[in-house]
Amino acid sequence: MAYVAVKGGERAIDNAHAWLAEARRGDPAVADIGTDQIAQQLGRAVDRAMAEGSLYDRDLAALAIKQAQGDLIEAAFLLRAFRTTLPRFAASLPLETGAIRPLRRISAVFKDLPGGQVLGPTTDYTHRLLDFSLTDGTPPPAAPLTAAEPEAMPRVHDILGREGLIEPDAPDGAEPGDLTREPLAFPAGRDLRLQALARGDEGFLLSLGYSSQRGYGNNHPFIGEIRMGEVAVEIEPPELGFAIEIGDLVLTECQMVNQFGGSKTTPAQFTRGYGLAFGQGERRAMAMALVDRSLRAAELGEDATAPGQNAEFVLGHCDNIEATGFVEHLKLPHYVDFQSELETLRRIRAESL
Amino acid sequence: MSLDLPGFADPVADAHATFRAVLDALAHPGRVQLAGTGLRPPAPLMPATAALLLTLVDVETPLWLAPDFWPAREWIVFHTGASPIDDPARAAFAVAATLSDFEGFSAGTDEAPETSATPIVQIAGFGVGQRLRLSGPGVRGSATLHADGLPPDFPALWAANHALYPRGVDLVLVAGEALVALPRSVRVERA
Amino acid sequence: MTEGYNFAYLDEQTKRMIRRALLKAVAIPGHQIPFGSREMPLPYGWGTGGIQVTAAVLGASDVLKVIDQGADDTTNAVSIRRFFAKTAGVRTTTHTAEATVIQTRHRIPERQLRDDQIIVYQVPMPEPLAKLEPSRTETRKMHALADYGAMYVKLYEDITRFGHVSISYDYPVMVNNRHLMSPSPIPAFDNPKLHMSAALQLFGAGREKRVYAIPPLTPVNSLDFEDHPFRATRAPHSCGLCGSDTSYLDEVVTDDRGGRLFCCSDTDYCEGRRQSATAE
Repeated sequence: MAYVAVKGGERAIDNAHAWLAEARRGDPAVADIGTDQIAQQLGRAVDRAMAEGSLYDRDLAALAIKQAQGDLIEAAFLLRAFRTTLPRFAASLPLETGAIRPLRRISAVFKDLPGGQVLGPTTDYTHRLLDFSLTDGTPPPAAPLTAAEPEAMPRVHDILGREGLIEPDAPDGAEPGDLTREPLAFPAGRDLRLQALARGDEGFLLSLGYSSQRGYGNNHPFIGEIRMGEVAVEIEPPELGFAIEIGDLVLTECQMVNQFGGSKTTPAQFTRGYGLAFGQGERRAMAMALVDRSLRAAELGEDATAPGQNAEFVLGHCDNIEATGFVEHLKLPHYVDFQSELETLRRIRAESL
Repeated sequence: MSLDLPGFADPVADAHATFRAVLDALAHPGRVQLAGTGLRPPAPLMPATAALLLTLVDVETPLWLAPDFWPAREWIVFHTGASPIDDPARAAFAVAATLSDFEGFSAGTDEAPETSATPIVQIAGFGVGQRLRLSGPGVRGSATLHADGLPPDFPALWAANHALYPRGVDLVLVAGEALVALPRSVRVERA
Repeated sequence: MTEGYNFAYLDEQTKRMIRRALLKAVAIPGHQIPFGSREMPLPYGWGTGGIQVTAAVLGASDVLKVIDQGADDTTNAVSIRRFFAKTAGVRTTTHTAEATVIQTRHRIPERQLRDDQIIVYQVPMPEPLAKLEPSRTETRKMHALADYGAMYVKLYEDITRFGHVSISYDYPVMVNNRHLMSPSPIPAFDNPKLHMSAALQLFGAGREKRVYAIPPLTPVNSLDFEDHPFRATRAPHSCGLCGSDTSYLDEVVTDDRGGRLFCCSDTDYCEGRRQSATAE
């Protein structure tokens, strides 16, 4: 046998890519899927790719999902690699989620409240029965619309805050950091922690948040409020000196009300956990809010013993682009190192026999 | 006005050439490298100093200028985007024409010695003046550096910096289009 | 060259950031410098750190060689070489002697490197203490204090258990008698080549966001004990293709009855020897 191992790598790569393109397209007798169809009809996949890809662009996310054959981590990676080369023109003003144009708003801590409970397009109370009518493209019946009177929708946390029952969330005025420009160092401020969680892997956040509910981290949360809807993005160009609107984002925000904090000097108060996700990302926003609260253990004077309370552990492993890269790199050739292990093992065995 | 004076003719290639010059100079303490050939920066910036600033400094880099360099400030700000700071202790890069000591600059911390400053100091010339013997990483045995315009007690000054290792500043000496770099890891004695 | 992207892919501001980090890395041999590692169009683990370092170092007149496992034609080496040929338009080579910049994964070429060459290592885990102490906050303190006792204890435990240090690759080294450093997952066989090398050696870890360096002519010692000195080992065979009995060997399984071919892992070295043998 000749030594062929991986000779002809270049042709092999070209051929693999051609095969991949063919496999992606599938049976040419079946209609090609349009990115507009993905953007419209696979909205939750688009939302997740945008969140983990750290780029709000539904059309590009749809393209990434198509290119990745629906592999959402791969799609997020495509968006990240695109995002990293984009020039930065401006930083937006903080988004005013209090002025969200809500598609959904629920609170678990009050039966009713100003602005009301708005269920919105939720799966919460669907029965999980496969709906075979979806296979033949039957259009759904029209959803009844009642023109609701626009009513102010104050934040639940502000309602609690008026009585001093929950810790204030005053901005400290400092410019938030950006972990895509400067590597994380520990201890990391809450700004950077939230940034890392906002683009972290949904499954990882979900499991960690879950672990904190099961006793690994002692979280006792209530959903103060979840709101999902459109928010305006504003920038303030220095040459203008006033804010201008440059577009809208659909966001999901989750504010958790957590166990008391307090000390001899500060009266007992509820504490906060915060989650924010691009698009309709309720599971992600809730999990993020649980993990955010867990990571505040040290600052709130709690014992930090659970994995979800260890910022270095959580932030070091929540990024699925990093995680998948390092896990998957094991399939690259490692035969040189393996050879060195073989020789060491053979020597040790020879000497011990 | 100094803004009329151009920066690099080819920003990508010239920045690359300057970086490789200073990288090679740091990797081989005492070796003279050329940078900024053809640049005509405003006084008192020498071409190699100007090239180093255009290559390494931008809006993310705290830069300190000794008062003698304020006439070149506008040019530096225009071409690099940096805004010079008042406190030399916060500087990542500093430009000066004389050197009394390194104490005003950050030597980094034990955990982050890389946060120390890199002073760029313009001197009269290489090949003449004080004879210094260099040894350490990048030097086979020892090397001799002739530098004109360093303070007479430079070996003692440097010894104090080297003693902080792995903390300490890294120094780039410039004379016209020539530069020599002294990383903190190098030992300097009177030759 | 690819339209719409800067020379060597990275924008100039990113290159400046990496270049500043590299200068500090050269000034503090073996010390890991945090840098704002960017997301690259290749996955983490495929050499994004090495690629960023190469992109910051590479110029139009450079000649680039890329190897993986010592070979120029392994798939990942081919892919990275193509990336730079496409984004930087630089000349590439498979000949170690012709290259001015060599990016490598897991090997150091057999041919001695020169003063005018730069070798860039792809590094998965820059922290040599990570297997003893997973917290980077703690390992940073250990480096600050040069507190490397735990590593010596680990090596000593190996010796009591196996009679040898059992680390076969990524064997920890002390650089400039001060910093404990991961040489990247090169076989321990290659460690002596790190010591007093004429070439500048740069290390890039993209996912872990660290760069570090060994300047030329810098002492690099593999950790050992007086009564158990470090030994560089290779398969006890000659290359089945060129006959070399000093080069590092790959072991190729040729059949299912125990058949093996041992041949040089450094394909350029092996081909060079075979060519000069034919010429004689």
